[in-house]
This record gives sequence, structure tokens and C-alpha cells, in this order.
Amino acid sequence: MKKNSFTKEHFVKTILTIFALSSLLFLFLIFIFILFEGLPLFLKIGLNKIISGFKWAPTKGSFGIFPMIVSSFLVTFGALVIGAPLGLSCAIYLSEYSGKKMKMFLKPALELLAGIPSVVYGFLGVIYIVPLVRNYLGGSGFSLLSTSIVLGVMILPTIISISFDAIMSIPKTYREGSFAMGATKWQTIYKVVVPSAKSGILASFILGMGRAIGETMAVIMIAGNALKIPTSILDPLRTLTGNIALELAYATGDHRLGLFSTGVVLLVIIMILNYIANFGIKRRVLK
Amino acid sequence: MRINPRIVDKAMSICLSSQAFFTVGILIVIIAIICIKGFPYISFEFLFSSPEDMGRHGGIFPSIIGTIFLVFLSILLATPLGVGTAIYLTEYTKESRFTKIIRFGVESLAGIPSILYGLFGFIFFVIKLKMGWSLLAGVLTLTIMILPTIIRTSEEAIKSVPRNLRIVSYSLSATKWETVIKVVLPSAVPGILTGIMLSVGRAVGETAAVIFTMGSSLRLPTSLMDSGRTMAVHFYILAREGISMEKAYATSLILVLSILSINIIAYYIMNKVISKYS
Repeated sequence: MKKNSFTKEHFVKTILTIFALSSLLFLFLIFIFILFEGLPLFLKIGLNKIISGFKWAPTKGSFGIFPMIVSSFLVTFGALVIGAPLGLSCAIYLSEYSGKKMKMFLKPALELLAGIPSVVYGFLGVIYIVPLVRNYLGGSGFSLLSTSIVLGVMILPTIISISFDAIMSIPKTYREGSFAMGATKWQTIYKVVVPSAKSGILASFILGMGRAIGETMAVIMIAGNALKIPTSILDPLRTLTGNIALELAYATGDHRLGLFSTGVVLLVIIMILNYIANFGIKRRVLK
Repeated sequence: MRINPRIVDKAMSICLSSQAFFTVGILIVIIAIICIKGFPYISFEFLFSSPEDMGRHGGIFPSIIGTIFLVFLSILLATPLGVGTAIYLTEYTKESRFTKIIRFGVESLAGIPSILYGLFGFIFFVIKLKMGWSLLAGVLTLTIMILPTIIRTSEEAIKSVPRNLRIVSYSLSATKWETVIKVVLPSAVPGILTGIMLSVGRAVGETAAVIFTMGSSLRLPTSLMDSGRTMAVHFYILAREGISMEKAYATSLILVLSILSINIIAYYIMNKVISKYS
């Protein structure tokens, strides 16, 4: 009887270990298959010609994605300009000002923004933001500006929830010390709370960047998808994600490989951002 | 000139609160627009009939069923895998290099954007494993995508079960697995359920990963190898190709309402858990 239960324990542990390893296996598969399809073109055409090439004409042998890399970073930066201050303010309000009841209402409401699917954001962006930009500022409306506005809203939940956690983890004694010195609430926030939560807040911005740069459906609906580097905020642009999503359904041969090369570049950027963000959060937790 | 800090303080508190309410306002405006524009076109016929003429007329019944199949099957696969991983990480090991590597894997999976899941699912399931655009390829891709959420929330839920419960169970000479099954998991169920509900919400709204693996056939999928169209994909095609604004609004209303109600149920369960343990 006793022996029996020991072998059962052993069996269960083996199964659970396999389950735990499955996540690693999936990550490995994703890497291998995207790299496996994306790398041959880097070897054939040359890394330089793809990453710094200006011309994307995959059926004619040009695979330059430099404008898309620049565009991806531009929309991400634009999203951050809009989302970061707004998100941080919300996080500060939630943690420092709002009462318990207000928090119970506000926090889930702000997190529900994350539940709205990106296609819906894209659709509303096309219907409301694009015409607004077109009528008041000019251009076609499908632009860097419109995309940044919509992405800025989409990354708010990420920024708010992670900054909020960072700010909440600051010990109460820090604030009390500051109040005891006669500082006002704002002086305490500005001089004590935010600086102490700095690394967590930074991590929230970087994870927000990761979301913005990886966002696809909303972007292809609003960005206009033109194949050049935008010279003003009213110009249309095409991101790395948009390039994949727009052409994957019908691409064949080298064209398809080119989309996987785009995927490799995106994957590398995302992994770097995530590594930086997780490193930032870990340091905060250790402290 | 030095501005009185009290005035600055007052101004900043107004500034911060107005930004917070502005942000909630965005959510309310989005929901209001969708409800007002979509509600007039919702009918029994819209919900329970098939689309005709690419979706210009008729309803969205096949895409509702397609969404339910896809999400249900993904959850069915991801839950045992995710909860099993969480049990392993919390109950069966100490923090070591090995668990760190697994956690790194989970974090990385969580950060990968959905278009890359679509790219992977397309090359691996659809092409290399020759599944074609099918429900099965969509289910397997989504399973991997929602796995990190389920692992993380389950881990939190299992960790929050008081240690005393385990000690009592061991003192009654229960084995580790018996303790997990009979003591730890029952107390962690609400937390795990929250994670599952949040994953359902994410899966229902997913487009990029689904469109390249499950495809966008308008027919009702009758087997795992059939292509099909989820509500989110149907909505995307209606809106992007300008097929019908009325149907697009109506579809988005059903989509958003289902996701929001799932999320609200998740928060409700979570709040119950929090009030129970604090």
C-alpha cells in the first residue's frame, strides 16, 4: 500500500514536470520555426540589405524593411508620449488620492480597457479619430498621429496596473516621514513616492512599448500602410506587424520568407524590451 | 516668484483626478458608442441565422459557434497544462535555477505579440503539420497564447492558500498529491477561475493569431479540420472591407458585451477571494 502511493507520487511529479517544461518547449518551437523560416533570406540577401534597405518589393527581390522598423518605433514612441503621462497620473491618483470605495470602482474600470479587442479600437479609430485628424489637421487622416492616439489608449491598462503595483509597494513610512517634515501631498509624491517607484514605473513604460510595437490589427486599420518613412506626424506609415499581417495570407516563396524575416526582427526587438522590463521589475522586487 | 505649495498641491490633485476620470470616460464613451450604434441592428434573426452575401445580410450564428468552439477547446487544453505547471512551480520544487528558467519561458511567452503567434501557428500547424486553415490549428495556437495567463494567475491563487492547511493535511499522513488535490486546489479554485475567465476574454477578442490559423471561412465548422470564422475575425472583415457598417456595429456590440461580462464575472470572483483572505 505504502509502496503503491510512493510510485503514484513519483508518477504525478513526472507528469507535472513535463507540463512545466511544455511552456519552454512552446517558446523553443516558436523561436525555431520563425528563425528557421526567416534566417535563410538573411543569408541569401544579406542582413544589411534587409535591415537597412529602403525598398520593399518582395516579388522583385527587394526586401528592405528599414522604413518599417523606423515606423514601428515612431508609433511606439508616439503611443508612449500619449499613454505614459496619462497612465502614470491614473496610477498615482488610484494609489495616493482615491478612497477605498473609489478604488473598487476605478481599478476594474481602467482594467476593462484592456478587455476591448484591438479590432474594436481600430474600427473606432477609423470612424472617429481618422476623420478628426483629416478635418482639423489635414492629410488623409490615416497617419502616425491617429495611430499614436489609439495605441496610446491601448497601452494605458498595462502602464496603469504595473505603475500602480510599483507605487503601492513603497512602504507607508516613506510617505509618513515626508509628511512629518511638513511636505504637502504633491511634494511627497513628486519628491518621495515617484522617485522610489522609479524602476517599476520605467518597467511599465517598457512593457507598454512592447504592447504598442506588437500591436497589429488596430494599426493596419489606422496607419495607412504606406511604404515609406513618414516625414510628418500626418503621414501614413507601415509597421513591422502590419507588414506581416497585410501580406501573409497570399504570400508565397521568397515573399513569405521575407515576412518571416520581418517576424525575426520583431521578435528580437520584443525579447530585448521584455528582458529590460523584467530586469527592471526584478531589481525593484529585490530592493 | 515662489508659488505657494498648498496651491500647487490643490492644483495637482485636481489635475490628477481629472486625468483618471478622463481615462474612465474613454471606456464609457467606447462602450456607449458601440451600444448606441449597434443596438438597433441586434435581433433574434441576427443572432441565430447565417450570414448571406459575405455578411451584408443575415446574421452571425456560425461565427458565434466558431468562437465558442475555439475558445472552449483552447481553455480545455490550456487549463490542465497551466494549472499543472503552477502546481509544479509552487508545491513540487524550491526556487532554483530550473524554476527560474521555466519562469523566464512563461514571461517570454506572455510578452510575444499575437501576430507572432499567428506567424508561428501558420508555419507550424497550418503548413508543416499540414492541418490547413482549421479549427484545430486555431485551438493549438490559442492554447499556447493563453497558457502564460493561466499559469501566472493559478500560481498566485495556489500561493495564497494558507500554509497551515497543508501542514494539517501532511500531519494526517496525506501524501503531497493528496494534499494538492483535496486541500490546496479546492481553496485555490476561485483564483484559478479568475485566470481562466480573463483568458476567455482575451481569446474571444483575438484576431491576428486566429485569422492566420483558423482562417475565415463563413461556414459553420463541423469538424476539427474545418476552417471557420470567429466573431472578432468576422467583425474585422466587415469593418476593413467596408461590407456593412450596420452589421459591423452589431457584431462589435455582441463581441464587446460578451468580453466585458466575462471580465466582470472574473473581477467578481476575484473580489470574493480577496475579501475571504483578508
